[in-house]
Amino acid sequence: MPPLEMPLLEYDGLRVELPGTARPILDGVTLSVAAGEAVALVGESGSGKSVTARAALGLLPSGARTGGQVRVDGTDLVGADAARLRAVRTGVASMIFQDPRAGINPVRRVGDFLTESLRLVGGRTRAEAEARALELLTAVGLPDPARHLRQYPHQLSGGMLQRVMIAGALTADPQLLLCDEPTTALDVTTQAEIMAVLGQLQRDRGLGLLLITHDLDLAAATCDRIYVMYAGRIVETGTAADLLAIPRHPYTAGLLGSSPPLEGTPGRLTPIPGAPLSLAEAASGCAFFARCRFAQPGRCDLTPPVLTSPVLTPPVPTLPVPAPAAPTLVACHRADELIEENR
Amino acid sequence: MSAWTTRLRRLGGGPLVRMSTVVLALFVLVSVLAPWLAPQDPTFGELGDSFAGIGAGHWLGTDGGGHDTFSALIEGTRTSLVGPLAVVLASTVTGVAVGLFTAWRGGWVDTVVGRVLDILFAFPALLLAILAVALFGKGLGAPVLAMAVAYMPYTARLVRSLTAQEKVRPYIAAYQVQGHSEVFVALRRLLPNITPTVLAQSTVNFGYALLDLAALSFLGLGVQPPTPDWGAMINQGQAAVLQGQPMSAIVPAVAVVLVVVAFNVVGEHLGDRLAGRES
Repeated sequence: MPPLEMPLLEYDGLRVELPGTARPILDGVTLSVAAGEAVALVGESGSGKSVTARAALGLLPSGARTGGQVRVDGTDLVGADAARLRAVRTGVASMIFQDPRAGINPVRRVGDFLTESLRLVGGRTRAEAEARALELLTAVGLPDPARHLRQYPHQLSGGMLQRVMIAGALTADPQLLLCDEPTTALDVTTQAEIMAVLGQLQRDRGLGLLLITHDLDLAAATCDRIYVMYAGRIVETGTAADLLAIPRHPYTAGLLGSSPPLEGTPGRLTPIPGAPLSLAEAASGCAFFARCRFAQPGRCDLTPPVLTSPVLTPPVPTLPVPAPAAPTLVACHRADELIEENR
Repeated sequence: MSAWTTRLRRLGGGPLVRMSTVVLALFVLVSVLAPWLAPQDPTFGELGDSFAGIGAGHWLGTDGGGHDTFSALIEGTRTSLVGPLAVVLASTVTGVAVGLFTAWRGGWVDTVVGRVLDILFAFPALLLAILAVALFGKGLGAPVLAMAVAYMPYTARLVRSLTAQEKVRPYIAAYQVQGHSEVFVALRRLLPNITPTVLAQSTVNFGYALLDLAALSFLGLGVQPPTPDWGAMINQGQAAVLQGQPMSAIVPAVAVVLVVVAFNVVGEHLGDRLAGRES
């Protein structure tokens, strides 16, 4: 659904630059998440996904120069003071980190992790906070929550601990949940359970969700819309179904081609050659130029492509694809030609 | 008794570590109970008794002035341990404050303070102490102050690197995201997690501080006789060594060696354990 009212989370040309690097970490990121909408941000390691998510809570690397805006519920967080950051962190948005072992203080009990912010920031009594913690642990499907409150993080499995982390993110009743690769540190079966819990919570509570992942299939299964990021820029965006059926950017196609299909017999995987652009490398034109098999020297390496709507509609493959509810945008000089070639 | 031995065993380490712990505990106990333990007044000496050998009257003999060495040793435990304790306390508190603040703030504050600490490293502790004595006079106060200043950078540098490591851990970000204030996260959550390592460093520092303060007393710049102090005792006894009466210098020297070695063994053991080099 295209957001009609003001989006809950809105990045407007966010630019983050660190001194001593050849290119910005984030370069003109524009992205929005409406209330109750699940959106995924997909890309390889080092593409800037996590920095994007952290920016929504004002957690930028120290010494970074920033430009553009990140609005959470209408509040611009770029250059916001501590009080405004706190208001957003305690009232609107919260975050689930990748590795629950690292994201939860190992020397304090699970109960402390869950109740501390309620007691110390929210001003609730210990009994109230504990009741709320029990309620949340039940909501994330952790059996015997009362016992786990007394335990230390090392006594819980990774999956259980990630549920604790999710419960911790929900203590302040946020409207927006930022999930930074919430299942990467977990094994595959636990991954499915955690994603189910997240999906359930998102629907039940009408949460806005920004899922950071490198797994396009996971993103498509959970989210309504997908943004694909490469070297700090959004290279393609559209509805999940549309993007998966007809990827318009060679990078999106490459990501899809390098993961085994969920159904049918797996064929040969085609990896994307080369490595992602490091922060020490700058590209004069398209950042994907060096790795792209469609790249045209003299054109693709001159100016960076702008995120635009492709003119041509791609051919509809075997499956009928419903008309996209959100406009598909792609940043590729040759998007139209490649669609034409595929026809 | 068995409770104490299990506790000692849980500390881990070989017999050397356990022995050192016992030695330290004994010296601390002696320093607390010194006035009741010393058989004689160490400031009282009869010249007729000078260089009395080991015997029933004087367990460890006497010095040239007829002072009882054993009593002086026991009474000297106090000044010899209180001085380093003050140094370690002061340098640790200031070092933690400086290290934690600069690493947490980062940016130019960190750079500037880091350079200032480098400059402080260049000053030998003894030189600084001699300077302080020249300014403020002899006694325990000036050397302790100078030593605290000289030892502070070691703790500050350690805390700074520990904080820098810990600060980027996701759990710190998680606390911030929960809306806790920076002061709370830094002091109440980050600091406790680095405290054990800082304590290990302080233990090692204690041994060095004791050695440095004893050296100052030996040079005649620290604690002044007749106040009993190990370094001062060695100073008083050194002339007698040449006269063939080494006991009054050797006894306090052995005490210094024992305590310094014990502190180093225990401190390094604590550090190793916390660094995970030994389970």
